[in-house]
Amino acid sequence: MSSLEIRNLHVSTGDKEIVKGVNLSINTGEIHAVMGPNGTGKSTLAKAIAGHPDYVITEGDVLIDGKSILEMETDERSRLGIFLAFQYPSEIPGVSIANFLRAAIQARMAEGEEVDASGFYKRLYQKMDLLKIDRKFTSRSVNEGFSGGEKKRSEILQMAMLEPRFALMDETDSGLDIDALKIVADGVNQLRGPNLGILLITHYQRLLGYIIPDFVHVMIDGRIVKSGDKSLALELESRGYDWVKKEFAHA
Amino acid sequence: MSNITETDSLVTSTENPVSGIDQAAGNFKYDMTYDFDAGTGLNERTVDYISAVKKEAPWIHEFRQNALKTFFSKPLPTHWASKDLENINFDKIRYYLSQGQKPKRTWDEVPADIKRTFERLGIPEQERKFLAGVEAQFDSEAAYSNIKEAVSKQGVIFMNSTEGLREHPEIFRKFFGKVIPTGDNKFSALNSAVFSGGSFIYVPPGVKVSHPLQAYFRINAENFGQFERTLIICDEGSELTYMEGCTAPKFSTATLHSAVVELVALRGAKIQYITVQNWSSNVFNLVTKRGLAHEESEIKWIDCNIGSRLTMKYPGVVLKGRKARGEVISIALANDGQHQDTGAKMIHAADETTSTVVSKSISVGQGRATYRGVVHIPRHLKGCKNNTECDALLISTNSRTDTYPAITVRGDRHAVQHEASVSKVSAEQIFYMQQRGLTEGQAMSLSVNGFINDLARQFPMEYSVELKRLIDLEMEGSVG
Repeated sequence: MSSLEIRNLHVSTGDKEIVKGVNLSINTGEIHAVMGPNGTGKSTLAKAIAGHPDYVITEGDVLIDGKSILEMETDERSRLGIFLAFQYPSEIPGVSIANFLRAAIQARMAEGEEVDASGFYKRLYQKMDLLKIDRKFTSRSVNEGFSGGEKKRSEILQMAMLEPRFALMDETDSGLDIDALKIVADGVNQLRGPNLGILLITHYQRLLGYIIPDFVHVMIDGRIVKSGDKSLALELESRGYDWVKKEFAHA
Repeated sequence: MSNITETDSLVTSTENPVSGIDQAAGNFKYDMTYDFDAGTGLNERTVDYISAVKKEAPWIHEFRQNALKTFFSKPLPTHWASKDLENINFDKIRYYLSQGQKPKRTWDEVPADIKRTFERLGIPEQERKFLAGVEAQFDSEAAYSNIKEAVSKQGVIFMNSTEGLREHPEIFRKFFGKVIPTGDNKFSALNSAVFSGGSFIYVPPGVKVSHPLQAYFRINAENFGQFERTLIICDEGSELTYMEGCTAPKFSTATLHSAVVELVALRGAKIQYITVQNWSSNVFNLVTKRGLAHEESEIKWIDCNIGSRLTMKYPGVVLKGRKARGEVISIALANDGQHQDTGAKMIHAADETTSTVVSKSISVGQGRATYRGVVHIPRHLKGCKNNTECDALLISTNSRTDTYPAITVRGDRHAVQHEASVSKVSAEQIFYMQQRGLTEGQAMSLSVNGFINDLARQFPMEYSVELKRLIDLEMEGSVG
């Protein structure tokens, strides 16, 4: 079992502090949902863990199995097992999904080793079948001209192929209609298991109807103000965020 | 007798650590002794020496001397081109260096040090694998030249220009200097005065050469100028693919490469000419390339420019016969300290002629890519078409790209289209790829390969693999 530990994390962008002391511990095998209104620092938290250069960690630490990852480059963190499913994934014109994944897997291999092409495609097609993705998909350029649903499916496919230990899923449900949402949720459920820890960032409860989290955290104004089990999500759905805000203000 | 020198150690300057990084494969040299050396600097005696060594006929000796006069009389084209041209010191260059004028027909006969160079560059291996013939030029002359028997039996002539002049003067003289006259520009005049080596190819009517012929140009000596002259004639209905590669070790002083390439496609012939240039960052690469396309013939230039200090090269097609087609596909990568000034010229001179130009350039760091295009369609013609597309990719915020299209279309019976785009690799894009485990260099490299992907796919497999490898090396070194 692996653990991802976020300790008193403070993150700024520009001069502005966005994340103001988050503590969170995720073990492989667990799904943690982080919920909260817009602009409370949920996405910033995910990007900072992944090492985005625009987000500066001013205090605190992020550790995998007790070892800090903050000195590592983004790509090192990725190879160590951190995967960020982007809310707005970038386009890479002219690079097919298959070639992109191949390059990403090649980057994980020792010098002098080469990806075995037939093994790679076999595994790729297996994952695509599992996620019910059409085979033609892989010859398209990464995210170029993709619909919202296709972009999210491409993220899930990449996650399936790279087999991370911890997946940070940033608003994976945003911009999806209900059918696309189900497909993406099915994909995540296929991948969930004892070797994967998931941090599921979402604005709405509706995704949690399809992906049942083990823990739910409410993030307001850069802090996690309330944690609980899946019933907390339901409570938020029926009562909104205001009561948590009030509770938080009183504390 | 020869010692290998890794020339990196000769370069003490570290002000530009990334340029030339791509020369991993080409950056080595073996110390050589040359039996024939025209000395340093350029005057009439230099030309006399070259002509005498080659035992040339009087007409060609005279041609050279006239060209030398033209060279001296023409100014550098700095009113439109880079001032960097003024840094070429013509008095410090060695114009002819060789170990002999007759290339060997088998690799076993090639002198050991030269053979070792080409083996390290993988030439004999490529020849065995997929080529119909190879000519390997080392400084001024071809060290090796061979054509597969099956191809020569079809009547195809493939030799270096020195031999071509000697053995086939009747064909050579008829076409030589006709597509690119001596006075076309200062550097075509220079080449005409001191040219040595380069390929001479003749493909008889109806013969379709199934595998590519390849020439490899290697500069080994310091302060040297390489001036190969290539002349390719495809007779009626014949087809040929010709490929050239080039490398040089990295020296701290400037090296000059100034070739002239003339193609003639007679009625219905097809010529495809592919260049993958990988010069070190001290090379001035000033090349004139042009093809003459007769009726219903097709000339296609695929031109990949990587490396060099300054490249100026605008492959052209003169569409002389009805329904002739011309195409230029140009890929240029300008790394820090490099200027790729490339493009195309399409001169329509007959009805219903078609030309296509696709240019993709990549500028890295302070690298500069310039596209210059000429499309000329006169009033008296009808039914001519040109389509030009130039796309530029900027990697860094201080990279530079310029586009200078000169399109002259007269009359109203033609169709011309010009599209240009500039894009940039964004920080978000790089972050996205890094988040998948690619290093910054690998991410850049993948973006660049994606950018040129649709063009690279048109290459023969071996060359697109080579191009990808060169881009990877170039981009790996450009960050960090």
